[in-house]
Amino acid sequence: MRRAGGIAVHAALAGYCVLALAPIVLVILNSFKTRRGLFGDPLGLPDEQTFSIAGYLKVMQGSDMGLYFANSLIVTGVSLVAVALFGAMAAWALSAYRFRGRAALGLFLAIGIMVPIRLGTIAIVQMMAGLSLVNTLGALVLVYIAQALPLAIFILSEFIAQIPRDLPDAARCDGVGETRIFFAVILPLIRPALAIVAIFVMVPIWNDLWFPLILAPGEETRTLTLGVQQFIGQYVTDWSAVLAALTLAIVPVAALYLALSRQLVRGLTAGALK
Amino acid sequence: MSIALTGHAVERGREGPGRPPRRVLALFLLPAVAVYSVFSIYPLLATIALSTRKTNAAGLSEFAGLANFIRLFFDPNWSDAFWNALANNTLFFVIHMAVQNPIAIALAALLSLPGLRARAFYRTAIFLPATLSVVIVGFVWQLILSPLWGVSEGLMSAVGLGGWFAPWLGREGSALVVLSLMSVWQFVGIPMLLIHAALINIPDDLTDAALVDGAGHWRIFWTIKLPLVAPTIGLVSILTFVGNFNAFDLIYAVKGALAGPNFSTDILGTFFYRTFFGHQLQAGDPAMGAAVATVMFVIILAGVAVYLLAFQRRLKGSNP
Amino acid sequence: MRLCASKAVLAVLAFLVLLAPAGAPLAEPLRIESWRSDDRDIWSGVIIPAFNKRYPDIAVKFTPSPPREYDASLNARLAGGTAGDLITCRPFDASLKLFKAGHLVALDDLKGLARFRDVARAAWRTDDGKVTYCLPMASVIHGFIYNRRIFEELKLSVPKTVSEFFATLDKIKAQGRYTPLAMGTADQWEAATMGFQNIGPNYWKGEQGRRQLVSGDARLSDPPYVATLAQLARWRPYLGRGFTAQSYADSQTLFTLGRAAIYPAGSWEIANFRKLADFPFDAFPPPVPDGAQDCYISDHTDIGIGINAASTNRKQARVFLEWMTTKEFATLFANALPGFFPLSDHKLVLNDPLAQTFLNWRQMCKSTIRNSYQILSRGTPNLENEIWNVSAQVINGTLSPRAGAEKLQQGLAAWYPPHRR
Repeated sequence: MRRAGGIAVHAALAGYCVLALAPIVLVILNSFKTRRGLFGDPLGLPDEQTFSIAGYLKVMQGSDMGLYFANSLIVTGVSLVAVALFGAMAAWALSAYRFRGRAALGLFLAIGIMVPIRLGTIAIVQMMAGLSLVNTLGALVLVYIAQALPLAIFILSEFIAQIPRDLPDAARCDGVGETRIFFAVILPLIRPALAIVAIFVMVPIWNDLWFPLILAPGEETRTLTLGVQQFIGQYVTDWSAVLAALTLAIVPVAALYLALSRQLVRGLTAGALK
Repeated sequence: MSIALTGHAVERGREGPGRPPRRVLALFLLPAVAVYSVFSIYPLLATIALSTRKTNAAGLSEFAGLANFIRLFFDPNWSDAFWNALANNTLFFVIHMAVQNPIAIALAALLSLPGLRARAFYRTAIFLPATLSVVIVGFVWQLILSPLWGVSEGLMSAVGLGGWFAPWLGREGSALVVLSLMSVWQFVGIPMLLIHAALINIPDDLTDAALVDGAGHWRIFWTIKLPLVAPTIGLVSILTFVGNFNAFDLIYAVKGALAGPNFSTDILGTFFYRTFFGHQLQAGDPAMGAAVATVMFVIILAGVAVYLLAFQRRLKGSNP
Repeated sequence: MRLCASKAVLAVLAFLVLLAPAGAPLAEPLRIESWRSDDRDIWSGVIIPAFNKRYPDIAVKFTPSPPREYDASLNARLAGGTAGDLITCRPFDASLKLFKAGHLVALDDLKGLARFRDVARAAWRTDDGKVTYCLPMASVIHGFIYNRRIFEELKLSVPKTVSEFFATLDKIKAQGRYTPLAMGTADQWEAATMGFQNIGPNYWKGEQGRRQLVSGDARLSDPPYVATLAQLARWRPYLGRGFTAQSYADSQTLFTLGRAAIYPAGSWEIANFRKLADFPFDAFPPPVPDGAQDCYISDHTDIGIGINAASTNRKQARVFLEWMTTKEFATLFANALPGFFPLSDHKLVLNDPLAQTFLNWRQMCKSTIRNSYQILSRGTPNLENEIWNVSAQVINGTLSPRAGAEKLQQGLAAWYPPHRR
């Protein structure tokens, strides 16, 4: 009885995993095939006749994927560090100190969770133009920080609220300064929560198509997502190149996710975001 | 708001530390509040302001009051497209609520069963699509659903359903549903993860008693666990609502800004993009675009307000 | 100790500042904005090196954006003052708007401009005809590309009239191995551009019909437009399975894999098809309605190029444009990009026989441009968008040809004064 239930559970979960993974596998599989191989039998494994890495060679030669990748990495990395740092600082101040306007400030910061910054694109473009930041990675970083901070502060506040008060209080009794308490005591404690923030912040930034398109579409500042989109536009009928580009775009973010997923679940189960 | 945060008096909280120096408070809050105010709040306010302006015959911007909104709601050249996009967007949201969230709850429930093997693998695999960009998601599903290359038709024929296949993405009646399901496929991992975390955080002692009484996992899930994770499901619902009502990428990637066939996949995000930036020979109209954005803003705020009211009322009801 | 927090903040801020662009290098190259990302290799490998042979001191860089995002991102960059020095111009209103907004400079003093036909210049000058703000670069011609191997196998001859065209399609369909027509309606623009604008000029008599629409002397609900849509509706049974979900790329792939016999085309496909197809292919102009004497083709002025008014290199940009009016450029361009036909009056020899075939139609038939481009797409609803929508719907069978034509007329009459009388 119990075993039967177990098999059914595994069948359901495994079935869903197939649904989740099959399309991804399809892309990777077909990126190693010729055009004829792909359209002759999209579900078949590459064989001697259909195997080809021409798509990958084309991607390497036909585009600056290395540059795009570096751009994405810089934008995502810097945004992430800034969001985590600024977010943790604000979350700490909001939950550790009592001051006038605290509730109002919390509410003010929460607007950003509810309303997408994309609706303010018009003014952002004008402002970035005024600051001569159009077509710079800095423009993207600033927008992404502003976009991600509310959710980060929300997640981190929930987490910080669970830190026993004795910890910082004990440090205070020892005469440790407030900033030191934050950096030496609090930050290490909220590491699992930072993993959650990282996933929730990183994925949308890495995959964003809108702001790179509007703010930094230039050759030098193109992100990987935009670069792949553009590459697809350019080689729209060169399917093996397109699939190779897609595969190359899947790998880094999936790898980052896999690397962070253990921390992520630790963070989730340690109580944030209940 | 900078007045609020540099607030003169720092009160002594019940459990808080002694008065933190104002400099400390400012140092902690300033970076976040500054970047957020300048690059998020100000642009949103500017959008609302722009929606009340128009370009006059001389090419200058002038105040137009609510004229843009009146046009949007009552001029058939605009209102037809607007109501169509709103209706489509609502359907988009309903499909997410009806499909994504139940699947997420079911998967989370299965994943939270005690002693489950390969839990980490399942969790990772199910979440993986959420890390993909829409460029990939749109492309893959178009390939799979294409009537020309035979992926899905071949699969359906293999199980005897070949006759049921149709070019769903190309039909007015089904294109939006298919796109919604593509979006569900991509994002189901996020609510699944949140609900899963909530489920495993339920202390064992709450369920132990029921176990001792001989209740099965199924019953325990329905009578004890599900009510306990209701707040998380509420949170997931509102996140879905917000996400759906400013969705854009997937439809744009698959169907373009003209959201065919016959605007049957047009949602507010694509309508906004087309209005603001223009399309092919259609010139962009920033003021009308801002009006569309403002309406989206109001819809989302209204949704959040309804959620907060309903949610808080229920909380009050259950914990008097 | 307190410093450590400020230091962290400072470090992050400093990093942000570092991301801003470093100081401008000494010799900024001229940058060309374009939506022709397909042509990047040709510009950087052929055209610019040829220019540099003559003008070694002027560095030029071709920096295209994805076609679909070109207009939005160009506008953002123009507003932000970061757009390139040379700007590839869409025909008619899109560029007129840029000129009126002060983003493009007048080019009337360009010496080589005299070598361009009036029709070509019409696409890039003010309504009163006084100022030209982009140099015409190329036009594209519509027609039908067909797979010669399939035509030989099925012993088909090239159709000249509409009845012959449908007889040919019937034969291909009856034989059953090939899709007669490679076109889909998923992207909508194929239906409008390769369908409606391709076959329509034969019905509305090219320029004559187009001018009458602009002046208000003809209606989109008139017989020529209904007949155009009616022919499109008749295409339906000959399209591929599930054509409603077939994208532009699908159509291209279907044809170049040898699975479809006829491809409603624009001449710009030639270069790409040469790369992809392993069978010989040729082209025929849109078949004329039975009994018609004259044939008309869509010879659409599609690409121009202008100078960004905010450019700091306007002098050099002018040198580049002046070079673009020469025979040397025209020959290079036409042969590097077969299917894009230069608009100057230089006598050219085209190496690609199919490109030459398309070009020969200019002698056989009368040329016109797409009828939605000049003036008629200035209002709401936008005529070009409406033609996309209606053409796709008529082919899909969700709108009758007559209802489609009425819808187009209604949309135009909603805002265009000459049609409100």
